[in-house]
Amino acid sequence: MNIPQDLLYTKEHEWIKIEGNKGKVGITDYAQSALGDVTFVELPEVGQKVKQFEPFASVESVKSVSDVYAPMSGTVVEANERLEQSPELINQSPYEEGWIATIEIANLAERENLLTPEAYKRYLEEEA
Amino acid sequence: MRLIFEKSINGRKGVRLPKLDVPEQSDLPQALRRRKKASLPEVAELDVVRHFTHLSQRNIGIDTHFYPLGSCTMKYNPKICEEIANLRGFRELHPLMPLINPNLVQGALEVIYEAERQLCEITGMDAFTLQPLAGAHGELTGLLLITAFHKYHKHNKRYIIVPDSSHGTNPASAAMCGYEVIVIPTGKDGCMDLNLFKEKLSDEVAAVMLTCPNTLGLFNPHIKEIAELAHKAGALMYYDGANLNAIMGKLRPGDVGFDVVHLNLHKTFATPHGGGGPGAGPVGVKKTLEPFLPIPRVKKDNQGFILEENAPLSIGKVTAFYGNYGVVLKAYAYILLLGKEGLIKASEHAVLNANYVRARLKGHYEIPYDRVCMHECVVSAIKQARKGVHALDIAKALIDKGFHPPTMYFPAIVKEALMIEPTETESKQTLDAFIEAMIDIARLAEEAPEAVKQAPLTTPVGRVDEVRAARRPILKYLPRFYEEE
Repeated sequence: MNIPQDLLYTKEHEWIKIEGNKGKVGITDYAQSALGDVTFVELPEVGQKVKQFEPFASVESVKSVSDVYAPMSGTVVEANERLEQSPELINQSPYEEGWIATIEIANLAERENLLTPEAYKRYLEEEA
Repeated sequence: MRLIFEKSINGRKGVRLPKLDVPEQSDLPQALRRRKKASLPEVAELDVVRHFTHLSQRNIGIDTHFYPLGSCTMKYNPKICEEIANLRGFRELHPLMPLINPNLVQGALEVIYEAERQLCEITGMDAFTLQPLAGAHGELTGLLLITAFHKYHKHNKRYIIVPDSSHGTNPASAAMCGYEVIVIPTGKDGCMDLNLFKEKLSDEVAAVMLTCPNTLGLFNPHIKEIAELAHKAGALMYYDGANLNAIMGKLRPGDVGFDVVHLNLHKTFATPHGGGGPGAGPVGVKKTLEPFLPIPRVKKDNQGFILEENAPLSIGKVTAFYGNYGVVLKAYAYILLLGKEGLIKASEHAVLNANYVRARLKGHYEIPYDRVCMHECVVSAIKQARKGVHALDIAKALIDKGFHPPTMYFPAIVKEALMIEPTETESKQTLDAFIEAMIDIARLAEEAPEAVKQAPLTTPVGRVDEVRAARRPILKYLPRFYEEE
């Protein structure tokens, strides 16, 4: 299972890449493989306020619909509109082309509530 | 098999209409008329009969196959109920008759009145509306009633509590009524985590929605305590009746503190269920909520049965007329057919059958919450998944063995879930054959996983491309599309 070193993670299987006061958000490799083929992504609206660990988007597969939780609080500044036509990018490239949204982070201290790559890896092992 | 559109021959007709012998006239504005003729299939009556007979022969239904779809209660529909619903006096009723002359439809009104009384008796509620057309519609109606109740009493409510094992329609109905949803995780015992529930409960909670037994097929032993706590906080208790088949005559939701219930007549009361219905999702309430029920309601006075429209607090109509009357009628016939003892036996056998399946599948499949279950059991294909055989593959393999697959990937909290609800109408021989098929598939998953992943091989169409169908749905006949394919 691919767990990049430069990201932080949530227990709900989202990742965030923090650059300055912005964070790019997506779901993890584990999440996409558990979901199976993604058929639809409900993107957040630009300008939408999000709260840490609260749902702000959803991904739908043949099996089920799952909420995507915001790793940190803030405001959505960009959504990956390519996913509207090509939801399969989430399966093919969960950490790169399959990103879901970029948020302007309201409070950088919230990163303390997230999992490091090592902690997320341990969490996955415990879950299994 | 060709589509009926592809069987079309220019100019072929099933019926010949007589010549128009009055002047042609239409008030329809030009802008609303179609410019081109509708491209309907042109076929003879016999073509239509053969086409749909062949289609029906390929159908898998309760009349042809064991159908253990969990959380759906696909029980056999006794044919006598169909016969009764087909009696001319019922079949040819006009829905406006009660308004024109109720004296001519006393029997039909009595059916509504008595069906309500029976459902009250079975669930321990005080009043029912038979209007909602399905379970989810019943839920929405139930939540509209709850909202009207709180509004009338000037309670300030924001939240609805549901467990994470709930049917997706529960939080959806709550959201439709403008509530925020609080989801409580399931504890180790397979029931809603009681401590987390206590933590989240506040005087801003409008209602707690529970399926009982829950979607894991487990009965929550703390149900009374949950209801007491909810009532203390000023919240109402909502009973999702999808699983009533487990407890008829054993426990009445109204007796343990539920204030609003919806039932699925197409589940527990054996009315047809497949093909999208029509269903019926009656909603029952306690006295305090009765003034808010939809109108019209059937009342009885010394003249007989009448339709009562005068209810100033009513939420109004939730459908035209009186709901799916034919479905209510079949359910009414079913209740009379089984009687009190019969309904109790139905629940007992449903529970016995599910536990028999659970006990015999143990060891072959993982049982995530391994304790005595109610009318359905949830097994997990997690062991098989390690060999690459997933719940989906097992479901497909069952089709080749002559069984309709169980519900899969639900409840979502169980990985690789297969949710089996045999219902009370299946014999031990049928259950054994199903169990043997499941065990055989588990063995195949060990020895030849690739073979399981090929299934089904016996159906007219094998594995369909579900992903493509979901990503690129084609919802109407497009001649060009089929030519290209």
